[in-house]
Amino acid sequence: MERVKCECGHVNPPGTILCEACGKILVESEKNKKILDMRYEGTARRSQTYNRTIIDKIWSFFSSVKVGVVLIVLALIASAIGTILPQEMNTTMTVTPEQFYADQYGWFGRIYYALGFHNLYQSTWYMLLIASIGVSLVICSIDRAVPLYKALKRQRVTRHNSFLKRQRFFNEGPADNIQAHLQTVKERMERHRYRVLEENGNIFAEKGRFSRWGPYVNHIGLIIVLIGAMLRSAPGMYVNEMLWIKEGETKAIPGTNQQYYLKNHEFIVEVYDESDGEVYQEALKNRGNIAKNYQTNVTLYKAEGEVLPGEKPRLEEVKSGEIRVNHPFRFDHYGLYQASYKLHEMSAMTFQLVKKETDEVIGTITIDLYNPEKKYDLGNGYAVEILYYFPDVEFKDGIPQTKSPNPNNPAFAFQIISPEHPEGERSIVAIQQTLEPLGENDYKLAFQSVDTVNYSGLMVRKDRTLGLIAIGGAIFLFGVILGSFWQHRRIWIKQDGETVLVSAHTNKNWYSFMKEIEIILEDTALPIPVDRGSGLEKAVNENKGVGANG
Amino acid sequence: MAEVSSILLYVSFILYLIATLFFGASIRQKKGIQKQNPVSRTSVAGKIGIIITSIGFVLQVGYFVTRWIAGGYPPISNMFEFITFFSIMLVGAFMILYYLYRIPALGVFALPIVVILIGYASMFSRDITPLSPTLQSNWLIVHVMTTAAGQAILAISFVAGLIYLVKNVQQMSRAKAFWVEAIMFVLIIFVGFIAASTTFSIANYEMDLMYVNKEGEETQVTYHLPVIFGPHEYTVISEGGMEPLIELPAWVNAKQLNTLTWSFLTGAVIYLVIRLLARRRIADLLQPVLQKMNNDILDEVSYRSVLIGFPVFTLGALIFGMIYAHFAWGRFWAWDPKEVWALITWFFYSAFLHLRLSRGWHGEKSAWLAVIGFAIIMFNLIFVNLVIAGLHSYAV
Repeated sequence: MERVKCECGHVNPPGTILCEACGKILVESEKNKKILDMRYEGTARRSQTYNRTIIDKIWSFFSSVKVGVVLIVLALIASAIGTILPQEMNTTMTVTPEQFYADQYGWFGRIYYALGFHNLYQSTWYMLLIASIGVSLVICSIDRAVPLYKALKRQRVTRHNSFLKRQRFFNEGPADNIQAHLQTVKERMERHRYRVLEENGNIFAEKGRFSRWGPYVNHIGLIIVLIGAMLRSAPGMYVNEMLWIKEGETKAIPGTNQQYYLKNHEFIVEVYDESDGEVYQEALKNRGNIAKNYQTNVTLYKAEGEVLPGEKPRLEEVKSGEIRVNHPFRFDHYGLYQASYKLHEMSAMTFQLVKKETDEVIGTITIDLYNPEKKYDLGNGYAVEILYYFPDVEFKDGIPQTKSPNPNNPAFAFQIISPEHPEGERSIVAIQQTLEPLGENDYKLAFQSVDTVNYSGLMVRKDRTLGLIAIGGAIFLFGVILGSFWQHRRIWIKQDGETVLVSAHTNKNWYSFMKEIEIILEDTALPIPVDRGSGLEKAVNENKGVGANG
Repeated sequence: MAEVSSILLYVSFILYLIATLFFGASIRQKKGIQKQNPVSRTSVAGKIGIIITSIGFVLQVGYFVTRWIAGGYPPISNMFEFITFFSIMLVGAFMILYYLYRIPALGVFALPIVVILIGYASMFSRDITPLSPTLQSNWLIVHVMTTAAGQAILAISFVAGLIYLVKNVQQMSRAKAFWVEAIMFVLIIFVGFIAASTTFSIANYEMDLMYVNKEGEETQVTYHLPVIFGPHEYTVISEGGMEPLIELPAWVNAKQLNTLTWSFLTGAVIYLVIRLLARRRIADLLQPVLQKMNNDILDEVSYRSVLIGFPVFTLGALIFGMIYAHFAWGRFWAWDPKEVWALITWFFYSAFLHLRLSRGWHGEKSAWLAVIGFAIIMFNLIFVNLVIAGLHSYAV
């Protein structure tokens, strides 16, 4: 393909439909049209010009808005499917996901799980779909923005008649006594913030060209957001951990490479009551307790020097503070968020070793449910050994096993050693239950008390991609506002011998534009353009499947 | 203060009803005037209509401010407060578009929708509820208010689209005309909901039932409408009143289905009465009033509303929503159903804009899209809140 030289002298890139400078129609087939397709100023778009190599074909495919819309609609439908049942990540399950979906939602849940919809938003095909939208954004934008920019930059004041006569807003009339009115018209145009150019008595008024860049700017913003989202999977960019910490405990913060430690001084729950004011009484009566505050008071420490595995590091205090919902605790790009809590969790159990015959108390043992010792020595030949520990016991066919590592329902298999039984007596102790599997024992462990503790559930987050996503979001919004709150309006007035041609074009809001033109040309000898768009729209649609608008 | 607030809302409700009548009269009056003067086209009735609407708007803002003072936080935190705030924004959006285009017909459709919304909102608990810790956030306030504004402007696009469809209903195929009538029917179902709830609440109807829920626990539930659909393995506690007709399995929310059924039945009765009296479809009943409207202007109003509403919605629902989520949960996006539906709304309007800009979807096609867009917004507001529970379920 070759460059096309127009009769106005401008040399256009190959594939140009309307001369960039004067608008003359360069392609025969366009001449049959009553109204020109002005969406991209009749520029040469790569996708419409080249179609030989595989790259050309991929480019053409993704540059199509039709393809873009199909991708958007597919993403829309896919996203909707993901909300029918709760996603795995937003659900707490005690059984396997497969079991969970089958139990809760029957055959539908089974199918939902089998199709992978329980993890839809993390699935490869969903990501590919979003990525294709990204590719489409880039290619669509480059394919249109570059030639459009050039064409708008090179446009001349004087346009070819064939261009003017095929605008949606057009009229012509005698040029006799317009001279006297041209000055008024120019002043009115300037008052309406048009940039007015003149050449050989022809007028070209333009405003809001920048709004044409809105779509491309917002697409750049979207791409940045997508890149940001992609970067989260890069190492070190994103941390998402849960920290369950007891009151009084000091624990390494997960996700910080054992660098930071946290001490939980106190966990606080407050609820609303009468003291909070008369207005709330009705609601409190109807709803019961409503939480007012969840808070953990903490101190942050930093590990000093080289930390050897298994060794307790030296801790340097960094700062103290409180963590409340909506008020995270921040340090070194990390944030600690008050996410959950557990009150009155069992932490330790106390038993008395009792001689059954005499009810004599031999001694007392306290078992830390998180870290039980193997053997508790009570002296004088008495000792208690823990053979098995089931933090969360469940009897399956009479055999004890543990459901989870959390001490929700602890049970023990003890070996009670006494001077009478140096080999020990076997006893299985669970809450409100004692089994003596090897026959009647002489000694028993009597449950005495349980210590409870409050847990605070803190979310540990680090997200280094936030800045990028924020910038992308801001650019997107700026672009959208640019493109939708303003419009690109142009008016051409051309004297051609005895007649004057008046044409106008806007990329949207034609009705408002017409009102403005009417005000500008009111009471002058210039003909007010006629909107030929709506009547012809159908014909144009049939021609090419697109409207004259845009 | 709380009483003042309720009165202000009530008065504005009445004013919107009156304003609707004036806008209606204004369309009829316009027929003569339009030909003489195409530029200034405001009739006397239209002027009165917009003045009454403005007074209603001021009073409604008064409701908002007084409730804010009474409760100590901006009233946007539960269904009643949010829908009412959305209705304020809808009036505001209508006034902006009216200012730009001076179309009284917009008022004839927008204000009844506002009235329905206020009525619908009032069916939820109107208690001033203290804020739970997650809701105590300034970002939440900004997020919710901007979202409501964006959705309200997008709703005007629906209003203009609906006028377009009703106006052109007689040129449509039977199938399309059926769907236009279906929209009118859905609007009447909302009226049915309000009518049924109000009637039984005046009669002080209450029915307590015990039932076994999905988790297998014995739970109590109170119906405020006669029970057609009883919950799973129910036993009736209250004496008198209608026994449930049908028992439902545990995974269906029987109370909501019951309410839905009542709304549908009452709506259907109202609809049938109108049909029998008028002997015409509702769309055909309204059509003559709209005959003089210009298709191009309606199309432009619908499109313009999307152009203004889309950035506001993006800012409020997505950007501010993400900022709020970041502070509240430490993650700006959690794939929570309400969030996803905001994204779906956004996808939808993006597709709308692309179809319009590049595929030339104007006029009727564009009007249908505007209707679907609003349906998605309403789906997110009502269905997702009440049925699909998620992080946002506190909004019930």
